[in-house]
Amino acid sequence: MRCHRLALGLGFCLLVGTALYALWLCVKNWLPFSYVPYYLPCPEILSQYPQPKLLEQRPTELLTLTPWLAPIISEGTFNPELLQHIYQPLNLTIGLTAFAVGKYTCFVQRFLESAEQFFMHGYWVRYYIFTDDPKAIPRVPLGPGRLLSVIPIREHSSWEEVSMRQMETVSQHIAARAHREVDYLFCLSVDMVFQNPWGPETLGDLVAAIHPGYYAVPRHQFPYERRHVSTAFVADSEGDFYYGGAVFGGRVGRVYEFTRGCHMAILADKANGIMAAWQEESHLNRRFISHKPSKVLSPEYLWDYRKPRPASLKLIRFSTVDKNSNWLRS
Amino acid sequence: MMDRPSQDRPPQQWPLVALHSAGVLSPRTPMLATRQEGAGEAAGKPTSLYVVTLQRMVYPQPKVLTPSRKDVLVLTPWLAPIVWEGTFNIDILNEQFQVQNVTIGLTVFAIKKYVVFLKLFLETAEEHFMVGYKVNYYVFTDRPADVPRVPLRGGRRLVVLQVPGAARWQDVSMRRMETISSFCAQRFLREVDFLVCADVDMRFRDHVGVEILSQLFGTLHPGFYGAAREAFTYERRPQSQAHIPRDQGDFYYMGAFFGGSVAEVHRLTTACHQAMMADWANGIEAVWHDESHLNRYLLDHKPTKVLSPEYMWDEQLLGWPAIVKKLRYVAVPKDHQEIRHR
Repeated sequence: MRCHRLALGLGFCLLVGTALYALWLCVKNWLPFSYVPYYLPCPEILSQYPQPKLLEQRPTELLTLTPWLAPIISEGTFNPELLQHIYQPLNLTIGLTAFAVGKYTCFVQRFLESAEQFFMHGYWVRYYIFTDDPKAIPRVPLGPGRLLSVIPIREHSSWEEVSMRQMETVSQHIAARAHREVDYLFCLSVDMVFQNPWGPETLGDLVAAIHPGYYAVPRHQFPYERRHVSTAFVADSEGDFYYGGAVFGGRVGRVYEFTRGCHMAILADKANGIMAAWQEESHLNRRFISHKPSKVLSPEYLWDYRKPRPASLKLIRFSTVDKNSNWLRS
Repeated sequence: MMDRPSQDRPPQQWPLVALHSAGVLSPRTPMLATRQEGAGEAAGKPTSLYVVTLQRMVYPQPKVLTPSRKDVLVLTPWLAPIVWEGTFNIDILNEQFQVQNVTIGLTVFAIKKYVVFLKLFLETAEEHFMVGYKVNYYVFTDRPADVPRVPLRGGRRLVVLQVPGAARWQDVSMRRMETISSFCAQRFLREVDFLVCADVDMRFRDHVGVEILSQLFGTLHPGFYGAAREAFTYERRPQSQAHIPRDQGDFYYMGAFFGGSVAEVHRLTTACHQAMMADWANGIEAVWHDESHLNRYLLDHKPTKVLSPEYMWDEQLLGWPAIVKKLRYVAVPKDHQEIRHR
């Protein structure tokens, strides 16, 4: 009799336990519908920030809006704390691609170390380093929420070929992998270092950076491809800014279609036996005329250390490093 | 690659291959143009791919070292453009928007005697508002028979929607939020891409075009664009949902002209309506009614574009200062006593 009652008791407990578990699962999965705003929620007020001054006279400033109303980002145009407050809750993952081929692997250490210090601090970050020599990529210590993927690519015959294939490689990588792993993607040159914060002010649908050598130059002097036969041809009367090939990015889907478009144009040129004056940079510039970027980064985000810094550029964030081109490309 | 001794390296060139076709050599590889996400900056998870290809255009070069306006702020601290004359090239923007085949909805409320404003509002809108685009005017009125017949251009239509009036003008003003919110789901989502919500006792006097379009935009009140935030006529009583403390606030936005994508306008009007209901339940009415609630909302949900006071002006009260290069949407002089109490 006792066994019988014990068995009953245990059976009853099991039933109750299962019922409670089922109930708990129900409650856990019942979330009130939470709408994630499409953009720019600012759920709690960041109470202390200065009021924007609408009627300010500022004589020595840069252009801050393109004629198609895309912001041009430079120090002083944005409030970093306010932007952080807006973007942080979105839980975004930012990807960063860089190509370290041949002797360019020597730049990876400083590139990654400076990125660890300045690039998208406080966000999920994925570095994608494309290289023909994975063993040469140093293991740089990374902060929490930041991952490194080393992706082997095949060798090419010349540095020009390496340069031209980057568009193809990035677009294929996005299609294969990155579209699942990141929300935004930046494609940067590896022979550079971060020197100051690079944050969510740079995020946009399609982002280009103004080349430091040509921001004060009339458009007919931009080193666009000027031969009609090339798909990268730009006429003297065309062009907004000369953008640098070393920095571009945006939402991962937009970067996919941008790199793919550039790659198709490069292939078309190749079929006709022509290579544009500045390789993929020429094609990038051609494409940015007919697919205007939604955000433009000032030369603070793409600087050449050899140039003297003008007063209007207050903070250099990403810049070239000293190197010997001839040795690197041999 | 960065090193750019622009003078020393001649471009490499492979021998030209004889065969080529016009299609391959075309400088602009044609892509199917589909809808863009919207002119504003968007954060968050990406949706689908939209490609907009611009045709070849000739226009002056933008100069990096020359701001378009030296006298005013053209970018908010959260990187939304502030739209003033001189900041934008309408030809480029038209190119970008025409390709997307957008339809713009313009909502306006003409309750009781306010129907008298409709004729001038619609006639001037025909002349200046989104010319060349598909436009749906949504006229909410309690007197549909009094809505004037205004000749409309091609691609534009007038929809008259009957709504009940209200005894107090404050209630008329505040009810707009609820009405717009419910019509967003009912109709606007299916019929238009962008919504502009405007006051009727106004007229268009100069160009108002696609430069205003983005996910969410507000317009600077012409009386407060130079004022310190402590002087803004925000609702200051903590009991109200629209309360904003003295040390907060970006701008004072006017309730008479706001808009954005249908989804965002729906969100805004719903939130404002719910806030007004909460206030009503607590026996309080915000000092500037729906405008107070709009300001609270836009503080918490930063607009992706801000329109300068060119888009909301009263020449009788404020004259025509140099800072306002164009008067685009202006108040029609009216006798407040007479018009509000019939």
